Amino acid sequence: MKARITITLKPGVLDPQGKAIAGALHALGFGAVGNVRQGKYIEVEVAESDPSRARAEIERMCEQLLANTIIENYAYELEAA
Amino acid sequence: MKASVIVFPGSNCDRDAAVALEAATGQAPAMVWHGDSEIPASDLIVLPGGFSYGDYLRSGAMAAHSPVMREVVARARTGTPVLGICNGFQILTEAGLLPGVLMRNATLKFICRDVLLRVERNDTAYTSRYARGEVVRFPIAHKDGSYFADDATLDRLEGEGRVAFRYCNATGEVTQAANPNGSRHNIAGIYNETGTVLGLMPHPERLADPALGGTDGANMFLSLAETLH
Repeated sequence: MKARITITLKPGVLDPQGKAIAGALHALGFGAVGNVRQGKYIEVEVAESDPSRARAEIERMCEQLLANTIIENYAYELEAA
Repeated sequence: MKASVIVFPGSNCDRDAAVALEAATGQAPAMVWHGDSEIPASDLIVLPGGFSYGDYLRSGAMAAHSPVMREVVARARTGTPVLGICNGFQILTEAGLLPGVLMRNATLKFICRDVLLRVERNDTAYTSRYARGEVVRFPIAHKDGSYFADDATLDRLEGEGRVAFRYCNATGEVTQAANPNGSRHNIAGIYNETGTVLGLMPHPERLADPALGGTDGANMFLSLAETLH
């Protein structure tokens, strides 16, 4: 199966990169742009056909390595690879 | 004092740390490769600066899970002093030995210059040769050095006196202008609960010899040599 994992900064955690992106978008004339937050997107293929076992594995990966849960949240979608 | 310096792929201050340690202790430290699962008997373990694993994913995240870190964590938990400098500080937070996280500098820039720090405590093995409140000059060289922890964690650190160094001005005042990277509470370094694990972003080993332009960092290694002999 394949997991599409999105990692985002928790609300309230400063995101200077997001701020810089917002500034650049404004400079390009996108005046409607408000707050911008930057995150990460990771695809992981897992040799596991049982969705519930795959979910458990993905969540352990996110907790142990892929996200730093002090500052980041993660979410994912599973699909047949 | 017998020290070990852990070498990760991408470490680049391991030799600087070794030179500073040998100058202070008269004994060359053991250099331990990250893939090793054993560390020789050591009075001090140093995680040096650099860009371990190319800073992939997050600075320090990969190194925190390398084989040797299991042993570093085990030693730290039984009281062996562990010093993490710059990337070593990032690794200590990712490994859970110190709270919080080092985030991208508020300026988004890599900053390489000397900064002034206030020594918050001088009752630990790392700082006995400094005066409490002393202002010292250490270099910084990092892009991910903005210390972040939630309010509850900061309150605990402050309440337990676990802030080791703060960015300050020449008279020791902790000001916004003296904060190079956006760290909360101007934090440049923190201790664990027992004061045996220290992580700091500035580099004491880079100003530990007159030939390098300063010696403020040497006192950290001399403190360790005196305390841990």
